[in-house]
Amino acid sequence: MYPVTYHRPASVEEALHLLAEEEEAMALAGGQTLLPTMKQHLAAPSALVDLAACGLSGIRAEGGGLVIGAMTTHAEIAASAEVAAHLPVLGLVAAGIGDPAVRHRGTIGGSVANNDPAADYPAALLALEARIETDRRVLAAEEFFEGLFATALEEGEIVTRIHLDPPKRAAYAKFPNPASRYALVGVMVAETAAGIRVAVTGAGEDGVFRHAGLEAALDAEFTPDAAAAVRVSPAGLAADLHASAAYRAHLIAVMAARAVAAC
Amino acid sequence: MTEVNLTVNGRRVRRDVPDAMLLVEFLREELRLTGTHVGCDTSQCGACLVHLDGRAVKSCATLAAQASGGTVVTIEGIAGDELHPMQKAFNDHHGLQCGYCTPGMVMSGIDMVKRYRAAGRELTEAAIRAELEGNICRCTGYHNIVRSIRAAAAEM
Repeated sequence: MYPVTYHRPASVEEALHLLAEEEEAMALAGGQTLLPTMKQHLAAPSALVDLAACGLSGIRAEGGGLVIGAMTTHAEIAASAEVAAHLPVLGLVAAGIGDPAVRHRGTIGGSVANNDPAADYPAALLALEARIETDRRVLAAEEFFEGLFATALEEGEIVTRIHLDPPKRAAYAKFPNPASRYALVGVMVAETAAGIRVAVTGAGEDGVFRHAGLEAALDAEFTPDAAAAVRVSPAGLAADLHASAAYRAHLIAVMAARAVAAC
Repeated sequence: MTEVNLTVNGRRVRRDVPDAMLLVEFLREELRLTGTHVGCDTSQCGACLVHLDGRAVKSCATLAAQASGGTVVTIEGIAGDELHPMQKAFNDHHGLQCGYCTPGMVMSGIDMVKRYRAAGRELTEAAIRAELEGNICRCTGYHNIVRSIRAAAAEM
């Protein structure tokens, strides 16, 4: 790892000041992606601003929904009684990320800010129509996730809280890469107040996306067979040594059907 | 440089170290606690697993500075006058071959037994295998590791 200056500010204001002060500074959440990336010299920030002491951790029920602090770990979300009561599907998503030790440090805010194209939370938040609060505004998940590792976050802007309303029903089905356990394809199906939402991770060349064809099919008939019958086009899907675009397209319908069956 | 204050295996330590120093480097190079291993160095294998504030973490994916103010327990800190039940079980059930991954396996085993007990959940064989997802062993095929953790869970 290249040399770096470490800061642990005690408030969001102080963190923003540190991030603004130094051009090459990066916010550090759980570090489960950023630190390995720095070790591989794929990231070389001049300073790390650790958000651990900024009071951004914790889960509270509010107005029938949940407000989750950005620094809340995957393990805390997986074990939370509030999450189990209001949004059990999110607990299941969290319990399937990485491995136990990674879940003890990795955070929901870090995951959404990184927007890895194979991460689980972006699909979950997109389908559940989550609102992502930052130090300066609130963004719909749809506006927030822009592309491969790209979000609507401006320079020096940090995610502070995630707001979620419980869906009428929802489930997530993931086909993990057998080695990395990242989603080769992950599909979140949710019925929200606005209708059926189907969000796909792991497969898109441009990161997480909603699938209009699956949403229309499930809107007409909410059954596993209806999802499985959708012919998903491989256009715009990723192809690499793990899976071709055609295989990923096939898996999207299969995972969607499994998610519907689990709803 | 940054000042790192930790309680490691019950002992308070203070060192000035580079900000980029990993917790595993701090333990091995500053404190000479070389029981915690570096296997893959890409946070996948779990040989570097320690307990930080009561939770299993990968010390190769944690900065010493991030851990500062906390309490760390390593493989060197779990035995009293006798071996910890998890260590004894790995011995009794031959839960190792080359032994390189063993410190991480033992720390992971203790963590999962404690977590399942606190949550009132049964640590079944299937659960142990799923919990070991972040600990890689290239010798044993895992059977005796799973057997060891099951046996230790009954003793802890």
